[in-house]
Amino acid sequence: MRPTALAPLDTLCRLETPEGIELTLRVAGPVARALAWGVDGLIRYGALWGLLMLLMLLGDGGFGLWLIALFLTEWLYPALFEVYAGGATPGKKALGLKVIHANGTPVDWPASLIRNLLRAVDFLPLFYGFGLVALLSNRNFQRLGDLAAGTLVIYRDLPASAPHWPPGPALPPPFPLNPADQQLLIDFAERSATLNPDRQAELTDLLAGHTGLYGVAGVERLRTYARWLAGVSL
Amino acid sequence: MKQRLFEKRHTVSWQAFAVSLDRLERPASAKNPSPTAPLPVAAIPSAYRQLGQQLAIARYRCYSAALLARLNQLALRAHQQLYRAPQRRWLVVLQFLTTDFPQRVRANAGLFWLCAALFYLPLLGMGLAVYQAPELIYSLLPPESVADLEAMYAPDQAGVGRSAADDLAMFGYYIYNNIGLGFRTFAGGIFLGVGAAFMLLFNGVFIGAISGYLTSRGFIETFYTFVAGHGAFELTGIVLAGVAGLKLGWAVAAPRRWSRGEALRQAAASGVRLILGVVALLLLAAFIEAFWSSNRTIPAEIKYAVGIAGWLLVILYFTLAGRRAP
Repeated sequence: MRPTALAPLDTLCRLETPEGIELTLRVAGPVARALAWGVDGLIRYGALWGLLMLLMLLGDGGFGLWLIALFLTEWLYPALFEVYAGGATPGKKALGLKVIHANGTPVDWPASLIRNLLRAVDFLPLFYGFGLVALLSNRNFQRLGDLAAGTLVIYRDLPASAPHWPPGPALPPPFPLNPADQQLLIDFAERSATLNPDRQAELTDLLAGHTGLYGVAGVERLRTYARWLAGVSL
Repeated sequence: MKQRLFEKRHTVSWQAFAVSLDRLERPASAKNPSPTAPLPVAAIPSAYRQLGQQLAIARYRCYSAALLARLNQLALRAHQQLYRAPQRRWLVVLQFLTTDFPQRVRANAGLFWLCAALFYLPLLGMGLAVYQAPELIYSLLPPESVADLEAMYAPDQAGVGRSAADDLAMFGYYIYNNIGLGFRTFAGGIFLGVGAAFMLLFNGVFIGAISGYLTSRGFIETFYTFVAGHGAFELTGIVLAGVAGLKLGWAVAAPRRWSRGEALRQAAASGVRLILGVVALLLLAAFIEAFWSSNRTIPAEIKYAVGIAGWLLVILYFTLAGRRAP
C-alpha cells in the first residue's frame, strides 16, 4: 500500500490495492497547487469582503459574526470541500486537482483536518516556505500537512483522451523489437497527431539508420510499423 | 493478442463499468436524471477485479500508454468507490465527547503534566514576579496596552458593562483568536515540539504577567470575576493543544519502531482528535467569556462559584468520563 515513484524523472506515484491491482496516480507539483490556492484565495476573500459589507450594516454584532466567518474560512473552508465535494476545493477543481489518501481512498475528516491545520506551519516563515521545501524534498510532492495526514494531491483526470490513428497500411517491422521499443513506436504513432510535421520528421530521422528513410516518408514508415504492432488494421 | 482485438473484446464492459461508476459518483437527482446503471451495485466488486486483471494483462503485454491510462483511471475510480470511509454521523461527535476525548487525554497523561508544567509554572512565576515588581509588565507590553488593561479592569469602570452587540463581537473575536491559537499550537509542534512548547510558555508568561499586574494594582474583583467563569475551559484547552502539538514533535524526534513518516502520521491522527476536543473546550470558553464573564451585573460570589464549578467539572470529566464502555 506504500506509494512509490515509478521512475526518477516522472511525477507518477504507484500504489498497490488489496486486490493486487497496481494503480498509477499523477501527483501535482507546486505550481498547479499554488495556482489552485490563488483561485481559492480569490473566492474566499471575495466572499469574506462581500460578507463584511453586508454584516457591517448590523454594527458591532455583525463584526462578531464576520470574525466567526473569517475563522471558518481560514481553517475549515478547504476541509469542508475536500470531504464533501469529492476531495477538491473550487480552486483545486478549476486546476483539475483533488486530494486523496496515500492509499488511494477518498480523503476523510481527520486527514483533511490534519493537512489543513498544519497549513499554519507549511505557510511559515512566509508564503509557504516550509511547505515548498518539504514538497520539493520528497517524491510525492507532499507538504508537511500531507506528510502528517498521509494524503496526496493528484490530477483528477487523464492528460489525454483516446488517441487518433491516421488511417493507412500496416506492416510488420523488418527488425526484432523488444517490448519497450514496440511501446515507443506505438506511443509515437498515438501522439504524433499532437506534434507538428517538422518535429515528427525530426524524431523519426533519428531512426533513419534502421528505416533508410528521411522526412515524411520516414514518419509514414514508422506509422505502418506501429499500426501493425498495435493491431490497428484488424 | 493484439491491442486492438483486446480493446474490441472488452470495450463494451469497460463502457458499462464507466457508466455505473458515473452513477455512483453522481447519484441521480432531479437535475441529473441519469438512466439506470448497467451494472447492479453488487456486481461492482467482481467487475473491479476483472478490470484489475485486464489492467495487469495490458501492462504485461505493453499495450499503449493511452489504453493503460484509461484502464488505470477506471480502476482508480472504482477503488475510491469501494474503499471510502464510512459516513460519519452526529452520534459519533457525541460519543467522541463522552468517551473518546477524555480517554485520549488520560492516555497522554505524561505529556499532559509536562504541558501543564510548561504553561502553569511560567504563569505562576511571572505572576508572582510582576506582583512583587509591577514595573516588570513594561518589559512585555508597551505602555499603551498597559493603559488599555487598566481602563478595562479599573473598578470605577465597573458600571459600564457591554452591550449585546459588543458581546457578540467579542464572541467572534475569541473564536477567531483563541481557537486559531490552539490550531497554531498543534501545528507548531511538528518542529520537534518547539512551536507548541513556545506557545505554552508564551501564553503562560503573558497571562501570568497580566494577572500579577492587575492584582498588584488592586483590581482584584473586576479582573478575577471576569476570568473565573471561562478559566477552567480555556486554560485546559491551551494545555491540551500543547499536548497535541508535543505529540507531533515527539513522533518526529523519537519515532521508536516506526519510520519518521509513519510515526508522524500516527501522532497526527491521534493529535487531531485531541484538537477536536480542544475546539469544544475553547468554544465553550469563548461562549462563557463573551456572554457570562463580561456581565458585570452578576454578583461576584456567583461568578466565583461558577468558576470553581467549572474547574470541578473539568477535573471530573477528564478523570471519570469514558471509564466504562457505553
